[in-house]
Amino acid sequence: MKADPRGVLTGTHFLDGDHACCEGALAAGARFAAGYPITPSTEVVERFASRVPKVGGTFIQMEDELAASITLQGAVWGGAKAFTVTSGPGFSLMMEHIGYAAMTETPCVFVDVQRGGPSTGLPTLPAQADMMQARWGSHGDYEIIALCPNSPQECFDLTIQAFNFSEEFRVPVMFMMDEVVGHMTEKVIIPPADQIEVVPRRHTRKAVEDYLPYGTNGDGVPEMAHAGEGYKFHVTGLTHDEHGYPNMTPATQDKLVRRLQNKIHDAIDRITLLEEECFDSEDVVVVSYGITSRVAQRAIEMARERGLKVGKLRLITCWPFPEKRIRELAATTKAFVVPELNLGQMVREVERAANGKARTFAVPHAGGSVHRPEDILKVIVEASR
Amino acid sequence: MTILDVTNPVEPFLRTDRMPHIWCPGCGIGTTVNCFARALIESKIDLQSLALVSGIGCTGRVAGYVKLDSFHTTHGRAIPFATGLKLANPKLNVIVYSGDGDLSAIGGNHLIHAARRNIDLKVICVNNLIYAMTGGQTAPTTPGHAITSTSPYGTCEPAFNLPHLVEAAGAVYVARWTTFHVKQLARSIGEAFQKKGFSFIEVISPCPTLYQRRNKLGDGLDTMKYYKEKSKVKHGAPTSEVGLTMTGEIIVGKFVDRDRPDYQSLLHAQMVESLGESYVEPSETVCSCS
Amino acid sequence: MVERCKACGFCVEFCPTKVLALSSAFNSKGYHPPHVVAPEKCSGCDLCGMYCPDFAIYGQRLPVAKEAAPARTAAATNLEVARES
Repeated sequence: MKADPRGVLTGTHFLDGDHACCEGALAAGARFAAGYPITPSTEVVERFASRVPKVGGTFIQMEDELAASITLQGAVWGGAKAFTVTSGPGFSLMMEHIGYAAMTETPCVFVDVQRGGPSTGLPTLPAQADMMQARWGSHGDYEIIALCPNSPQECFDLTIQAFNFSEEFRVPVMFMMDEVVGHMTEKVIIPPADQIEVVPRRHTRKAVEDYLPYGTNGDGVPEMAHAGEGYKFHVTGLTHDEHGYPNMTPATQDKLVRRLQNKIHDAIDRITLLEEECFDSEDVVVVSYGITSRVAQRAIEMARERGLKVGKLRLITCWPFPEKRIRELAATTKAFVVPELNLGQMVREVERAANGKARTFAVPHAGGSVHRPEDILKVIVEASR
Repeated sequence: MTILDVTNPVEPFLRTDRMPHIWCPGCGIGTTVNCFARALIESKIDLQSLALVSGIGCTGRVAGYVKLDSFHTTHGRAIPFATGLKLANPKLNVIVYSGDGDLSAIGGNHLIHAARRNIDLKVICVNNLIYAMTGGQTAPTTPGHAITSTSPYGTCEPAFNLPHLVEAAGAVYVARWTTFHVKQLARSIGEAFQKKGFSFIEVISPCPTLYQRRNKLGDGLDTMKYYKEKSKVKHGAPTSEVGLTMTGEIIVGKFVDRDRPDYQSLLHAQMVESLGESYVEPSETVCSCS
Repeated sequence: MVERCKACGFCVEFCPTKVLALSSAFNSKGYHPPHVVAPEKCSGCDLCGMYCPDFAIYGQRLPVAKEAAPARTAAATNLEVARES
């Protein structure tokens, strides 16, 4: 379906990534946000708090991130599209509720504007060190989707995509920004509402007696009812059967947890978004994401000026990890170079997917600034030898 | 005598396919659910408008047994979940049904902030003075000197006086009963449904398996007899004076019944004042996602 | 419903007219459910139902014909079952 025009600020704007993310959420149909202030993410909800009363929705500032990350889920079961926004320490506090959303299949979006850590770390400076936490931060086996924008324009476009994935797969989607993308201001084009595709909720139309809250129709994603519609359904974070009732047996656990994984795994080709400049004859492929991809771009150009054959692979979808494409490229390239604003997170995934077919070089950075293109270039040169 | 063609009046409110429930013999949680169901019958409230939210713990399992839209959330977070539910769909009557540990320890921050905001929630707090589901550890409500599995030599911490806490934080309706006071409890729940704002009903309830047994206070029935003997009804009692001890008097009654605008009324008034005609009521669009 | 009973004794203790007693019979979980020992005393007040933590008992006033004695006498179905079992 098309976007509700009331939420779409059609036009050409000069926005920072945080504000663009907020506009993306509004365009996607988000009418509820619960937040707790934390640098460098707060501008997203500040704008939402200002905009949403004129669009027909609610923002509430909760007492902490634990509250924010579950209040939004209450709103989803009440019928809203909802999200929350945070950064490192707050993201850590939200982990239990990411697991709850995965387990209860609550469609929602968690925006993490990454800053340097661990702990309070670098509140106002960038990092990309929450990437593994986004995937593995809550306990137990589950799958999430994570998207990584590298510009304010993408903060708008991909926030819509994040909501669409969350509704399509009934899964929490991590929107992994970073401080630089969040605070950089660029041109953002917001198209007319009728050009924005929005995925509606998988809202059940079944009769009350036919409705199984966690029964599926083959694609592994159940239909959803909202509170107040007469279905008298039950939702629990305990291992549950198709009725939504607790059923703590190994068989039920196996069936449920595998379905939660498979509904994402089975659709991985559709979920995988990449920006690629590879011709299957490169010596080196630079794999990057988020703000680092823009620094890497400069390094790639410098390397090409020196006559090196360098390809580019930008991960827009970081989770589920696009290992198929890495595996394919590993067969034709000598090495991967993986710059990221952490001391080695996604590079492990690249190395795992390459499985020894191509060498993998990290370009670690502890955060606080972006890389210098020269530092990435140096590793490209080394890798192409 | 003949076998009668009648059914238990609470059956329609229960997920009978999930019975028998997991609560121990002599546990009072089921009694509170009975009173809750009877309050619903009495108040003739539209069941479809009800949503019940629980946290984790023995009382947290109530959500799984009532035939309503019911949410068994994470430990301590029933109130913020319920807040989101209520804000997204203001027509819902949202009940939070959870235990003392869930609501006042891990969820304590949410309890006071929801009361401060005066979110229109009906909170039923079953207080068995202990963490029961995990095996009987000290709770913020455990009376001084009580033996628990994590205070084997007696609890030295002072306990929360929950009615005092929520009154200070801003609740508009505060009552306390024990599981002995079934009629009064049902009436209180009914009254809370008439209030707009944050209502809090504490129900003192036996945990014979863990609290009473370890403290040599007998079984569930002995505890009920203690409630009968030592409870004193004092409506309007100053909540500062209703703290509990292990074997002393239990002050019960309706302590607070006052009016102040609830969160959504305040939000609406603020937006109308500041935005005038450009304010769009959330209820008009919030469910537009499908 | 007799199978839900866990023999806490609340209904027996707090029945205002002392209609009930715990029976010597067992349910399948090994509990002694209550049985009716003085049916004529039952007022149908349903206090047993309100106290029962296991939703296993309730009282109900029976509809009676106009010319009959004042409506009272109720006993829950399950108690009948309990007595018979």
